[in-house]
Amino acid sequence: MSEVEDPTPAKTDTGEHDEPMTAAAARKAELALPPDIAADSISGYLRTSLARVRAGESGVLPVIGGLLVISILFQSLNSNFLTAGNLVNLLVQAAVFSLLAMAEVFVLLLGEIDLSVGFVAGIAGAFMATRISPAHDWAWPLAVAVALLICAGIGLLQGTLITRLGLPSFVVTLAGYLFWQGELLRILGSGGSQPINNQAVNDIASRAFTPTVGWILMLVLVGLYGGLVWRRESKRRKAGLVAPPPRVTLLKIAGALAAGVALVLLCNTNRGILVPIRGVPWVVLLVLGVLVIWTFLLGRTKLGRYIYAIGGNAEAARRAGVDVMWVRTLAFVLCSFTAGIAGIVYASRLQSISTAVNGGTLVLYAVAAAVIGGTSLFGGRGKAVHGVLGGIVIAAIDNGMGLVGFTASAQYMVTALVLLAAVIIDALSRRGRVAT
Amino acid sequence: MSTETETQPLLRLEHVSKNFGPVQALSDINLDLRAGEVTALIGDNGAGKSVTIKTISGIHGPDGGQIYWEGRPVRIRTPREAAALGIETVFQDLALCNNLDIVQNLFLGRERTNHGITLDEEAMEKSAAETLASLAVTTVRSIRQPVASLSGGQRQSVAIAKAVLWNTKLVIMDEPTAALGVAQTAMVLALVKRLAERGHAVMLVSHNMNDVFEVADRIAVLFLGRVVAVRPAADLDRQIAVDLMTTGQSARLSTNGHPAKEPDRA
Repeated sequence: MSEVEDPTPAKTDTGEHDEPMTAAAARKAELALPPDIAADSISGYLRTSLARVRAGESGVLPVIGGLLVISILFQSLNSNFLTAGNLVNLLVQAAVFSLLAMAEVFVLLLGEIDLSVGFVAGIAGAFMATRISPAHDWAWPLAVAVALLICAGIGLLQGTLITRLGLPSFVVTLAGYLFWQGELLRILGSGGSQPINNQAVNDIASRAFTPTVGWILMLVLVGLYGGLVWRRESKRRKAGLVAPPPRVTLLKIAGALAAGVALVLLCNTNRGILVPIRGVPWVVLLVLGVLVIWTFLLGRTKLGRYIYAIGGNAEAARRAGVDVMWVRTLAFVLCSFTAGIAGIVYASRLQSISTAVNGGTLVLYAVAAAVIGGTSLFGGRGKAVHGVLGGIVIAAIDNGMGLVGFTASAQYMVTALVLLAAVIIDALSRRGRVAT
Repeated sequence: MSTETETQPLLRLEHVSKNFGPVQALSDINLDLRAGEVTALIGDNGAGKSVTIKTISGIHGPDGGQIYWEGRPVRIRTPREAAALGIETVFQDLALCNNLDIVQNLFLGRERTNHGITLDEEAMEKSAAETLASLAVTTVRSIRQPVASLSGGQRQSVAIAKAVLWNTKLVIMDEPTAALGVAQTAMVLALVKRLAERGHAVMLVSHNMNDVFEVADRIAVLFLGRVVAVRPAADLDRQIAVDLMTTGQSARLSTNGHPAKEPDRA
């Protein structure tokens, strides 16, 4: 049940209630602490973070390292990879993967899986595209809202089947995968494709802010983030609660600012060939917005806390009075809803939706992105930001292989290997963590 | 009972019985639990210890008899109702979420919020720190560390702290030291004593006679679903306890000036 204890106590002079603590156990306990707590200085923060990565307690550092390796690899194979034009294109490509991966995070946190997200996204795109077409002529916000509600309904249906009847999520969502693919074919009908001529919808994925607006937005957002983080952590420090030292707080804010500046500089570089194109794509802000809302939901609300608790120990959550069935159902609703957002972005980027939506590849990319980003397939561990970062990694691999000219067969195999590698790392780090 | 107490018992079981189909799990259980006392419930496997706990903590309803709480007759139908009275149970498997930290575990299911929207982490962290300090649980490095990183004894302490964080009057513990090493057992037993000193009634279920004689004020022995003896711990010793647990009677006890009530053997 508990970890193996070395029988020789390292310190015995602190009274009878103290526990035997070996050097190894002490180090292990140290590694289990979030670096926010363990560190008392910047160097300590970095050291603890690195030690945690080595111990399998991966934060977001491995995925950032992975991105660097991928970038160097593809850049050496094709010098177009690291151009501003390609990188911004990559970010837009990543939006769909990131949104789908954030969707998948909700159910992965429970230790479940949703295989239907690809075609649920397709349903959202197809429903919206047909409703705003001249045949129906709905206002686009209404079409988008109803499409998202339909997706939430799909999640409610699948989640209810899984939780109330106790069916495996794998099977229910596999059935969903087939059923919603059929529904997609039915919606799109004989033509098999629905072009989107609505400027507003197409702008979601193709329009960009002007460079000045990009800078202003970035500064406002980083300022808001910095202000909130500073206020919260200094309040905690004053109250004598667990909080990182001020310098670590400043380091976090500086990091956010640096990332923001880098992003805006990259996006504001002219990437047009004939006419100048520059600016931060709207869709980047959309993904960021979804990320912020889901991070808030998972980290600061009861619902989020219960999702983690159920993923960690469903029986403990049940005994603590959590309505386990309802929370699990809601996670499936949130998953399908977020998949719907991804579907809208997908349709917007292609400016059409067709029966060629590859829901199978999309769902594998979504799971791969979430796991690569650091979410565990075994439940209880993961964050929305993992989905976003993993989505960027998947897009980079996808994009790089396309640039270098890999064949379709090689692309499938490489993606499969990346997914497998991420799962192996997840399983090994789980074994490396405290066994329970 | 001739030794009617100076204080009213917190919880009284009168003629409580429970059967599962044809199996009589408990018959005619009479037991008083008092505030500030550790009452140990001992018995061999299948004697009915778990069923007794589950009856008090609202998991099984009794089939017969009456439960009194602070003198009032009550029905405890669900764990929620037990918690509402002030009864908390620490089960053997602890029921902690390893991926959550100590504060999150302590408040799981009863989180404090700012106007019902966001979690009030500061209030929760403060009262978690106060509770742990008042129980002298000081070996954890940070109350923000995940439970997965704690030792078995520390986890048991967190589970106990979780039980007393609320307005708890009776804490029931099922084999709290079963999986622990020597030093960790000492830590948990010290915590059990501290709970009684703080005025909680504690019911301890254990197989381990060392533990029982170290912390119990009174010992109740179950044998085949009946209470065969309820005595101050000082009146018993290990041999008598083992005799009572295995045969339902003890020759030494009846010749001790403390005549044992002969168990009704059907």
